[in-house]
Amino acid sequence: MLKIDNLHASVGDKEILKGLSLEVGAGQVHAIMGPNGSGKSTLSNVLVGHPGYTVTQGSVTFKGKNLLEMSAENRSHEGLFMSFQYPVEIPGVSMMNFMRTAINEKRKYLGLEPIAPADFLKLVKEKREIVKLDNKFMNRSVNQGFSGGEKKRNEIFQMAMLEPSLSILDETDSGLDIDALRIVAEGVNALKTPQSSVIVITHYQRLLDYIKPDIVHVLYNGQIIRTAGPELALELENRGYDWVIDEFENKK
Amino acid sequence: MKALNQYIELYKEQKDVIENTSAPGLNAQRAFALEALAHKGLPVESDENYLHSNVEEWLAPNYGLNIQRLNLPLDTEEPFRCSVPNLSTQLYFLNGDSFMSAPQTNASLLPDGVIVKGLNTFACDYSEIFSRYYNKSSFTDGTSFLNTLLVQDGFVVYVPKNVVVEKPIQLIELMQSQFSMLACRRILLILEQGAALKLLLCDHSLRMQEYLSLQVVEAFVEDNASLELYDLEETHTGNSRISSLYVNVGNDSRFVCNNITLHNGRTRNSANVAVNGHGAEIVLNGIVIADKEQHVDNYTFIDHNSCNSTSRELFKYVLSGSSVGAFKGKVLVRGGAQGTDSQQTNRNLALTSSARMFAEPQLEIYADNVKCSHGATVGQLDQAALFYMRQRGISEQEAKMLLKEAFVGEVIDSIPLAPLRDRLNRLISLRFRGQLAQCKGCNICH
Repeated sequence: MLKIDNLHASVGDKEILKGLSLEVGAGQVHAIMGPNGSGKSTLSNVLVGHPGYTVTQGSVTFKGKNLLEMSAENRSHEGLFMSFQYPVEIPGVSMMNFMRTAINEKRKYLGLEPIAPADFLKLVKEKREIVKLDNKFMNRSVNQGFSGGEKKRNEIFQMAMLEPSLSILDETDSGLDIDALRIVAEGVNALKTPQSSVIVITHYQRLLDYIKPDIVHVLYNGQIIRTAGPELALELENRGYDWVIDEFENKK
Repeated sequence: MKALNQYIELYKEQKDVIENTSAPGLNAQRAFALEALAHKGLPVESDENYLHSNVEEWLAPNYGLNIQRLNLPLDTEEPFRCSVPNLSTQLYFLNGDSFMSAPQTNASLLPDGVIVKGLNTFACDYSEIFSRYYNKSSFTDGTSFLNTLLVQDGFVVYVPKNVVVEKPIQLIELMQSQFSMLACRRILLILEQGAALKLLLCDHSLRMQEYLSLQVVEAFVEDNASLELYDLEETHTGNSRISSLYVNVGNDSRFVCNNITLHNGRTRNSANVAVNGHGAEIVLNGIVIADKEQHVDNYTFIDHNSCNSTSRELFKYVLSGSSVGAFKGKVLVRGGAQGTDSQQTNRNLALTSSARMFAEPQLEIYADNVKCSHGATVGQLDQAALFYMRQRGISEQEAKMLLKEAFVGEVIDSIPLAPLRDRLNRLISLRFRGQLAQCKGCNICH
């Protein structure tokens, strides 16, 4: 599904990712954990093609194609989705218009006709129910006046609409109360298919109680310094990151 | 001075023809206008209200005027795009400055007592009403006096006391002559106490000749009356427009104006609102979309001269190419105008490095119990929003369209006539996509 090899990326003059390698297979759930400033958000932004980040070295292959050559919108069309840590408010653009445009742009990319209005409404209704998002949000401007929990549910709603093959959840748990966290996590699980993959970026074990990872990575100073099974997340929750970092530094 | 002199000479040479073809009521005001012009002259660039529009230069070419009142053929197929689906209107035309009603327009459908006529005919047939209102506004600049000096026709709507005109009236202003031409247009709107009117003005000049429209709109909105004005300009790049609106509002009256420059050459609009009644409600909104070398200058002056009135202004500009936008909004709250509540907002997008915007809010307050605010911004599209949309698969170009439409949508959303809102949204969307030219028979974007 996704193969990252020796990825270096910077913001301005500052190198953030320093030779990161990672492979995500179809159907897998990966968790990426790590202390603040380790490069987690940079990794997700680089993968979705944020123009503020420059890749200086390395390669990323997504479903056999060179991801780094694609525009942000084509990465989306190819099946890459990111749930934003801070979803953006877009005053004046209604959720309906936004979603319809997104769906139709993807259909255009795939050589399909625009979706029929009735089918679109049906799709919206079906997907809203997955994250219990009220219909009133559809006529509002994108994310404007949404609470923190509503914004995150809206991210998962959009994910449901676009049916990505690889979803990156960038600190989706931040700012969520327990109930909202459960709704969001259940939504992600409901959307999971044997072919689709998920990368969960988080600081905390608690999201991983709901979305069970197959593999857990620790990101530190722009590199993956440890990869293990789900038990690693529990150990990190108990012991913090210092011991992993110490072991990594001692090995060098 | 050269520009002005050519018009004064023209007037002196053609005085007999002008007076013989015009109603006495129109002629009666010319001598005064001539004197005022000689005294005041045309605005020059150093005039603080004209810093960004050199209208003297706009008036300098030797345009033809239809002084002989030749009957210019009118192709009414042309204004097809002015039709607003699902909105039934009473339709009239000005070709240049000559008035005509649309073939399908039936005056008997107007409510009792409402008069819609050409200015010259109205001045003859209703000279008493005419002389009570015509030229009674306090003009502030030379271009308006020039209009009074040369005007021969225009458009009048008279709505008597307590009559509500439910069906909007639409005036399509065209320029269809084969030659470059100056049209002195004069519009007179009289709303007696408790009257109500919605008026759509659609300014089009779709042919490629160079035209100049010199327009003056005088509106009298008496106590408890309500006037909604929608002024849409969609002209070609060789067109120049100087339009001055003078409104006098009475007690507890309401005046709403939406001024939309969709496509143009050079435009100078001014709106002067004299708030002489207490408890009046004023709304002045505007949208400007400009690219290429287009030039749009809006000047507003709200003169609060009575207590407890509110005024709201919202002007939004989207500039690209090498276009120039200017907005100067003056709000004057006089000593006696206690309880005034005034808010002015001017937001602008300058999307290219060569587009320029001049924003100048100006508040002058002489009363101590008032609420006034203003804000002006010039900026770019929100990069975070653009990227968010692209991550969802919306192309950068389409995302920009959505953001621009949303930006001006704030003004459109405030329009209560739903069919007009839909039509404007459609036209704006076509405009942003550069597709106005694809409409039948239209030269507008060439």
